[in-house]
Amino acid sequence: MTKWLENHVPKLVLAPSFVAILLFVYGFIAWTAWVSLTQSRLMPRYEFEGFGQYVKLFSTPRWDTAMTNLAIYGILFIAISMALGLMLAILLDQRIRVEGAIRTVYLYPMALSMIVTGTAWKWILNPGLGLEAMVRGWGFESFTFNWLVDPNMAIYTIVLAGVWQSAGFVMALFLAGLRSVDGEIIKAAQVDGIPHWRIYTAIIIPSMAPVFLSAFIVLSHLAIKSFDLVIALTGGGPGYATDLPATYMYAMAFSRGNLGQAASSAMVMMAVVFAIVVPYLYSELRAKHD
Amino acid sequence: MTDLAYVSPRAGQRSTASRLGRVALRWTLYLLLGVFALWFLMPLFVMVTTSLKSLDEIRTGSLVALPRDVTFEAWKTAWGSACTGIQCEGLKPYLWNSVLIAVPGVAISTIIGALNGYVFAQWRFRGANLLFAALLFGCFIPFQVVLLPMARMLGILGLAGTIPGLILVHTVYGIGFTTLFFRNYYVTIPQELVRAAKIDGAGFFRIFWSIFLPLSLPIFVVSVIWQFTQIWNDFLFGVSFSSAGTQPVTVALNNIVNSTTGVKAYNVDMAAAILAALPTLLVYVVAGKYFIRGLTAGSVKG
Repeated sequence: MTKWLENHVPKLVLAPSFVAILLFVYGFIAWTAWVSLTQSRLMPRYEFEGFGQYVKLFSTPRWDTAMTNLAIYGILFIAISMALGLMLAILLDQRIRVEGAIRTVYLYPMALSMIVTGTAWKWILNPGLGLEAMVRGWGFESFTFNWLVDPNMAIYTIVLAGVWQSAGFVMALFLAGLRSVDGEIIKAAQVDGIPHWRIYTAIIIPSMAPVFLSAFIVLSHLAIKSFDLVIALTGGGPGYATDLPATYMYAMAFSRGNLGQAASSAMVMMAVVFAIVVPYLYSELRAKHD
Repeated sequence: MTDLAYVSPRAGQRSTASRLGRVALRWTLYLLLGVFALWFLMPLFVMVTTSLKSLDEIRTGSLVALPRDVTFEAWKTAWGSACTGIQCEGLKPYLWNSVLIAVPGVAISTIIGALNGYVFAQWRFRGANLLFAALLFGCFIPFQVVLLPMARMLGILGLAGTIPGLILVHTVYGIGFTTLFFRNYYVTIPQELVRAAKIDGAGFFRIFWSIFLPLSLPIFVVSVIWQFTQIWNDFLFGVSFSSAGTQPVTVALNNIVNSTTGVKAYNVDMAAAILAALPTLLVYVVAGKYFIRGLTAGSVKG
């Protein structure tokens, strides 16, 4: 008995987590998947109905806006954060005297809640008393910067605040990547008289491919789950102009009382994450075997 | 590490022109870094100055102007009497709610993560890899997909709208990350150590207690900081699973900012935002190194 226990202790230790994940992740996903195939409204109904909810979802203009916004926001947020993060990392990698302090400044937004970030930017970007009023006060009377209340531009304020929050984090990732490149190769290249920008483009950046991949994964994950930022900054408005799938899902689940739509939109969100994360996890775990 | 302006001693003596170029490059470098530092600091600066102004001064003055008459009225209101909907008790009770949620949530998920990571790194068994992948996957799901069934489950357990309910939610969905942290840390400890200890007759917990735990302080700090930041800053679970008296501070802050009727008190909004941000900012300033380690550990090592 003790022997058996001894042999199975590792599995017993994992058992509670295993059960919890099985139920709270996989079981719950299955539940949501099932409800997305029913006609549930305010209360869940479990009679199978088919793909009606998905058909309805994709013919809803509001969902269309949400998916378009996710594409705009996701692409810009990821691209700008990566470009800015890489640039800041390279700039900081030049034996800067106060590197520690600068790094601290660049990265602190990552410690903030998106609600705080949204609140701050909402105040800065409000046309009446914020940035616009400030520049007008400097004498540029016709200066306009009203993205926050312009339905066509409001989504870009989300990009702005999102990049502000995450760029420092990407910088930290890239900086760690830069520092892990083999110094001998770099020294050899320097001895050979290769220009510094070439050392970056030909040696250092290509060898950081895995860092690019993880930054991409983390950022896309952040983008898809951006819910708080939209709620705090624009509340999804003006109108539905800045709705994302996450806010759509929340509205259907908790204010519209439409569980079927909430479940089907959540499943689409998960499919998007799946498409990005599964290849990554697969390659990660394969690398572990080598 | 390379250096744009790094020049070997021989090359450095080439000419004064190149030296001038180097100095110019250096200045541009610092200028750029400074501009970005300002960009990152500007919102914090605006938040602090706005919170110290009166509403009159906000209406007449410029966004970035320093306060003429520093007043702490907005802070007092944000702390004790700002309205989050119908209730007007300020942020104080909600800050306390967040503490009550975060402390047990962090502690439980970190301890479970440490034991899980120890198993995955040093006590592998058939199927362990698959199990690890299954656990890791839980880190990546968009939480929207579990929101509806979780609401029902909390109802069934009698935990709907309660703080223990939120602790449960944060613990369950935090395990994936904490396990990842500890696994990646423990995997660097040579397996020979465990083998030798086993030969000496030490068991699973004994080896963990006397060999692994004493080495684990840094990764505990990383895990605690990560979980604390996640839980403190959470909004989605907080807004979905809390009720009027149990809302965490992020939800209360959003309510203060977005449901004020009548005059918008921007100074109170800003003071409240700083109050809500202070604990995680403090952790970051005190233990920034570990904060960054947590952020990067999850993604660089994978």
